[in-house]
Amino acid sequence: MLRFDDWTNPVPPADREVVALLPDDHDDQPPVLFVPGLGHGAWAFAEHWLGHTAGRGFPAHAVTPRAGGDLRAQVHDVVQVAASLPRQAVLVGHGVGALVVARALGRYPARAAVLVAPVLDGWAALAAALRANPFGTLPALFGGRLRLNQRQLGTGAAAYLERVDARPRAELLSRARLPKPVGAPPTLIVGSPDDRVVRRSALDRAAARYGGAPLLFPGMGHDLMLETNWTEPIDAILDWLGKEI
Amino acid sequence: MHDSPDPGDRRDAVCVVGAGASGLTAIKSLREQGFAVDCYERETGVGGAWNWRHDRSPVYASTHLISSRPLTEFPDFPMPDTWPDYPHHSQVLAYLERYAKHFDLGRHIWFGMEVVSAVPADDGRWDVTIQSTGGGSSRTQRYAAIVVANGHNWSPMKPEIPGDFRGEVMHAGAYKDPARLRGRKVLVIGGGNTGCDIAVEAAQQATEVWHSTRRGYWYAPKYLLGRPADQVNDRLLRWRLPLRLRQWLYRRVTPDLTRFGLPRPDHRPYESHPIVNSLLPYYLGHGRIRPRPDVARFDGSAVEFTDGSRAEPDLVITATGYRPRFDFLTPELLDTDEHGRPDLHLHAFARKHPTLAVIGLLQPDSGVLPLAHWQSVAVARWLRLRMTDPARAAAVQQKESTRPLTTWSRRRVVPSSRHWFEVDHVDYLRALESLLKQMES
Ligand SMILES: Cc1cc2nc3c(=O)[nH]c(=O)nc-3n(C[C@H](O)[C@H](O)[C@H](O)COP(=O)(O)OP(=O)(O)OC[C@H]3O[C@@H](n4cnc5c(N)ncnc54)[C@H](O)[C@@H]3O)c2cc1C
Ligand SMILES: NC(=O)c1ccc[n+]([C@@H]2O[C@H](COP(=O)([O-])OP(=O)(O)OC[C@H]3O[C@@H](n4cnc5c(N)ncnc54)[C@H](OP(=O)(O)O)[C@@H]3O)[C@@H](O)[C@H]2O)c1
Repeated sequence: MLRFDDWTNPVPPADREVVALLPDDHDDQPPVLFVPGLGHGAWAFAEHWLGHTAGRGFPAHAVTPRAGGDLRAQVHDVVQVAASLPRQAVLVGHGVGALVVARALGRYPARAAVLVAPVLDGWAALAAALRANPFGTLPALFGGRLRLNQRQLGTGAAAYLERVDARPRAELLSRARLPKPVGAPPTLIVGSPDDRVVRRSALDRAAARYGGAPLLFPGMGHDLMLETNWTEPIDAILDWLGKEI
Repeated sequence: MHDSPDPGDRRDAVCVVGAGASGLTAIKSLREQGFAVDCYERETGVGGAWNWRHDRSPVYASTHLISSRPLTEFPDFPMPDTWPDYPHHSQVLAYLERYAKHFDLGRHIWFGMEVVSAVPADDGRWDVTIQSTGGGSSRTQRYAAIVVANGHNWSPMKPEIPGDFRGEVMHAGAYKDPARLRGRKVLVIGGGNTGCDIAVEAAQQATEVWHSTRRGYWYAPKYLLGRPADQVNDRLLRWRLPLRLRQWLYRRVTPDLTRFGLPRPDHRPYESHPIVNSLLPYYLGHGRIRPRPDVARFDGSAVEFTDGSRAEPDLVITATGYRPRFDFLTPELLDTDEHGRPDLHLHAFARKHPTLAVIGLLQPDSGVLPLAHWQSVAVARWLRLRMTDPARAAAVQQKESTRPLTTWSRRRVVPSSRHWFEVDHVDYLRALESLLKQMES
């Protein structure tokens, strides 16, 4: 309750890109806000999921948090965009974006939340990355770029590998506790047992944290939203949403 | 708006009085705890004091916040970060309207309906009588609890000044537009934030300005070291600087106005409600505002002050504050004394009526909204706990009754009705936090 950081040193404003697709008639559905992970931007959702979500009647938005912002700034950006929407929003975060969403849930009472292939534990993600792609990962430990390969992100992401400019910050390795979500929103964990960034065990731990079991899509890589069969997870997410709200 | 609820018994529903900032956040918290809510608002829109179209709104055209944005916004619904440090009142209203829409609170609000009486019934329930402000029809409904968020800055407190005055006298509550001041000779009475703001406006508009205060104050600037003053103050609180040291610093950063003829403060810093105004010293220094002591009496076209000096204003604006009013409750429900001062636990919970609470009856050294938010969270959880686990609720109540007053209420203040609800936001939030923890564990 005592938020001295925000009271004495508020996050300064910054430009954030927001891409939106609104269905013609969207009075009865809550807006969905997608939050991309490390190295990704709103574009990763604009490819397929945004249009599909709007097509199913949800106002669909995706934000690219400020460039070079730390976790606190990214959480701030997500909460700012969520609060700017006309109605209480559903937050959907992917990868490190799911960590940003998990933190934002302590600040904003989302209508519901979906954590897709969530990187909630930086150490586990680091271990997984070192195993799957040691040479792409090592430079990141020394402040360089984290190179993610096709085996990690999935075949669907192959065309986008150059676009993914991931520069992880050391704070991802902090073990700070995730806040308790305000307003107790229903929360869903989605992932793939074949994801080489977020392992099955990490998905199970995330699901346990938010109560429930993960919804799994075998055979997919980390970037579920860019995979060839991207419709399956997003349809499942929107079906779940339809039931929960 | 929704259809009429069933007349009569509303079962587990909670009644909220008022749809200002406090009422809105109360509705939201109660909904989050699963309560059905009927909120009655006598005006035609949300926003309370910040809706300056409302007759009773105390806000004038130029009002900007005195608490800076991060210390004023609801903790779970930030104002846009592109807004200024001190937003204009129209922005605060837009913010409250967006809050209501975002969380779909309008569905629970009945506009143009005034609560005219609330009477305890069996089992801690309440019979609430509501009257349409258009006149006419009234009805009574029974609720499981009542949450009062009627505001305390709308009923003017007018000074009784002996003698007759030929000019115009108005209370600050009726003052809206600086055009009223243009080309006139104006006396402003009262050294609160309203009085200081209006004195400054008069300095910009009127031909002559007198500002009467019955004591000296500490006039804090809006900015210190380039940052909003309340944010700097919170840095000191964060570092847990002792009060004595903070008082010493406060003396260093507030201008010495005795040179302009103002009395020296008769109290230490932090012992009166903060005045935040950077322009008052400026206009005093330019001779545009002439300080005067308390008014002794009116004398025809003149006003006589306690030091014997006189002035002949055309217009006297009494910025002497507002009194809390709970016309729909008998005084003993809120343990109200003969001066009209309610006595509530944490300024929120009625001591003898566990299903009666008041939100927003606070004068903090920060914005009111964050405190009203956490009060609402606590009240909603408390009402829920009473239903789900009466034994624990009783234990919590027992424990709360031993919480020392000094931990949450500012006791060392100038004895004036304007300090009845003075709190330090950090102490106050700590108290609420520990209450919330008790209810969780
Ligand atoms: C000039 C001025 C400047 C201020 N500046 C700041 C500032 O900078 N920062 C800050 O945090 N606070 C400031 N405040 C304090 C301000 O009062 C609060 O911010 C806030 O408006 C309190 O909200 P509320 O809901 O408690 O009361 P209100 O805003 O007064 O709302 C109460 C509502 O209840 C309704 N109501 C009352 N009685 C009944 C009834 N019997 N039946 C039905 N409806 C009823 C009223 O119509 C009203 O809509 C300022 C106040 C004034 C006067
Ligand atoms: N810009 C802003 O955001 C802003 C602007 C205005 C008000 N506000 C807030 O609104 C609330 C109300 O402020 P306010 O200024 O209207 O009222 P207030 O704080 O109650 O101040 C009233 C002033 O009038 C004086 N006074 C009272 N009765 C008097 C009498 N009979 N004779 C002479 N003087 C008398 C008081 O003196 P004593 O000190 O001796 O009692 C005090 O100086 C406060 O919370 C304030 O912070 C904010």
